[in-house]
Amino acid sequence: MSTDTTPLLSARELSVRFGGVLAVNQVSFDVRRGEVFTLIGPNGAGKTTVFNLISRIYTPTGGSIHFDGIELTQRAAHEVASMGVARTFQNIELFEHASVLQNLLIGRHTHRRSGFWADLMFTASARKAALHDREQVERVIDFLDLQHHRDTLIAGLPYGVRKVVELARALCVEPQLLLLDEPSSGLNVEETDDMAYWIHDIRREYGITVLMVEHDMSLVSKVSDRVLAMNQGEVLAQGSPAEVQVHPGVIEAYLGSTHDLSSLRRPSA
Amino acid sequence: MRFTFKTRYEQDLNLAKHGGHRFWYSLLLLVLAASPWLISEYALAQLTFVLIYGIVGLGLMLLAGFTGLFSIGHAAFLGVGAYTEAVLVNAGLPFPLALAAAAMLSAAVGVVVGLPALRVKGMYLGISTMAFGFIVAEVFARWESLTGGNAGLHVKAPQIFGWALDSGVEFYFLCLLLAVGSTLAVLNLLRAPTGRAFVAIRDSEISAQSMGIHLAYYKTLSFAVSAALAGLGGALYAHMIKFLSPDQFDIIQSIDLLLMVVIGGLGSVHGAFLGAIFLITMPQLIGAGKGLLPDAIGQAPGLKAAVYGIVLIAFVLFEPMGLYGRWLKVRTFFSIFPFYRRGMFKRQKSFQKSDRLR
Repeated sequence: MSTDTTPLLSARELSVRFGGVLAVNQVSFDVRRGEVFTLIGPNGAGKTTVFNLISRIYTPTGGSIHFDGIELTQRAAHEVASMGVARTFQNIELFEHASVLQNLLIGRHTHRRSGFWADLMFTASARKAALHDREQVERVIDFLDLQHHRDTLIAGLPYGVRKVVELARALCVEPQLLLLDEPSSGLNVEETDDMAYWIHDIRREYGITVLMVEHDMSLVSKVSDRVLAMNQGEVLAQGSPAEVQVHPGVIEAYLGSTHDLSSLRRPSA
Repeated sequence: MRFTFKTRYEQDLNLAKHGGHRFWYSLLLLVLAASPWLISEYALAQLTFVLIYGIVGLGLMLLAGFTGLFSIGHAAFLGVGAYTEAVLVNAGLPFPLALAAAAMLSAAVGVVVGLPALRVKGMYLGISTMAFGFIVAEVFARWESLTGGNAGLHVKAPQIFGWALDSGVEFYFLCLLLAVGSTLAVLNLLRAPTGRAFVAIRDSEISAQSMGIHLAYYKTLSFAVSAALAGLGGALYAHMIKFLSPDQFDIIQSIDLLLMVVIGGLGSVHGAFLGAIFLITMPQLIGAGKGLLPDAIGQAPGLKAAVYGIVLIAFVLFEPMGLYGRWLKVRTFFSIFPFYRRGMFKRQKSFQKSDRLR
């Protein structure tokens, strides 16, 4: 783990508006180096929107995002990956008609060493670069136990494996910061456990900082150092998983207010 | 059934994956090289056309099949290549230079046409490329001082330092050489990061972008390479047909080209050539079949178009992977006989794609 105490990612007063909807409103948080930081909140809270702001799919209407001291909002979407930010998607965005291996190799795109003409001729240097990429990809394949599926097309894989392949592809980017959008959605209990181990290992072995959105609270409390709860685009609470879970605002957001039960009562006959 | 035992990563990089590939492709090359002495002059001319359309098909395959950008104006690139070649060769330039110029100019035009591709997708891209096709055809017709307009333009035989390739055999070898070269170039691209970036853009732009792929650059590049190949094919086409007129590069030609890659099998390099074979042999088959039909149908003017349409619909419905897909199925059937099942190539339907980000 790094001794550098400056936050790896810091969002300040981040806002984004879609027409009349304020999807994210004045959200600020810091992700420290080497930690697992989780965003939680009910559906529509703006968690994925925050992700899309960081990976520059959306442009914020206000606020700033600093990654490793660099202002992210000034960068183009395709530059974010080469700065060291990789992500997965909530609903899996793999390259369906390519094999697992090819998907992972695409993850190595930011590290490409051969240009167009070298590719066209497939020169000795392009071949060398291809072999190097392959070796790096094989490490990730070993790490996530994907040897079995190496040459299978994504279209033929079950959902649980696709989820792992997407994680593997993000690791192939060799990021400093990994954004995981609901890593356990659609996974069964066993697969979710595996995912928890992998997130642990990713942090321990690769020293990658993880920012994730997750609904499964058992996974959240297992792996995360700090949790940020959001509702309707605003920050509700921030702290350790245990602290956030008992925060009255969070409970209210999920279950409704504990004070006003009149709406639940049956109208008296 | 064949199992390749892999011991080195390099085996996955080689174009010929195993002895079978080496044997069959060598044999194919040998047969192609010996063709001038094996088949009639007429058949050789048809084979030359197959090679030329194969080159154009490769370009369109790279664009439509691998990058997912459909162009309904590809005949325009063919035309740019053809007219460039014709004008330059008629002016006395050695043909290798003219060929290079034809490919480069086409590529440059491809970059210009690629620009709208950065903003529009799918059907809208089709419409904008189609409009571009109309514009270019109009330019060919109106720029009479250069292209001869609707009166047409005669193309001299390709020559270099006084030596002219005027026989069909010499020209056939030129086409064969360029076709093999183009195929290797496209295969090289596809096994390298550039080609993977194309495929990534085809399958999911949003995640391609998150993986650090510069969408605008790669889409433009795909257009440029595709147009260069079409231009190269066009230049050869000019020499083959020896007379150019604007109506050879109209929308019908563009549709024929698209038909070629769809029927050949989108997303396969083989498909480009299988489609070219289809496109060249179909009129002959229709011609031969005409006599067998009653006159009311056999002599009807729109017969060719109708047959093409029916074949296209049949392919889209029953064999979306085209001729190459059909070949894969037949091959699998025999290689694992008797274990082939009907559902083996069925794609699993999935409804997981996020439409939230579009």
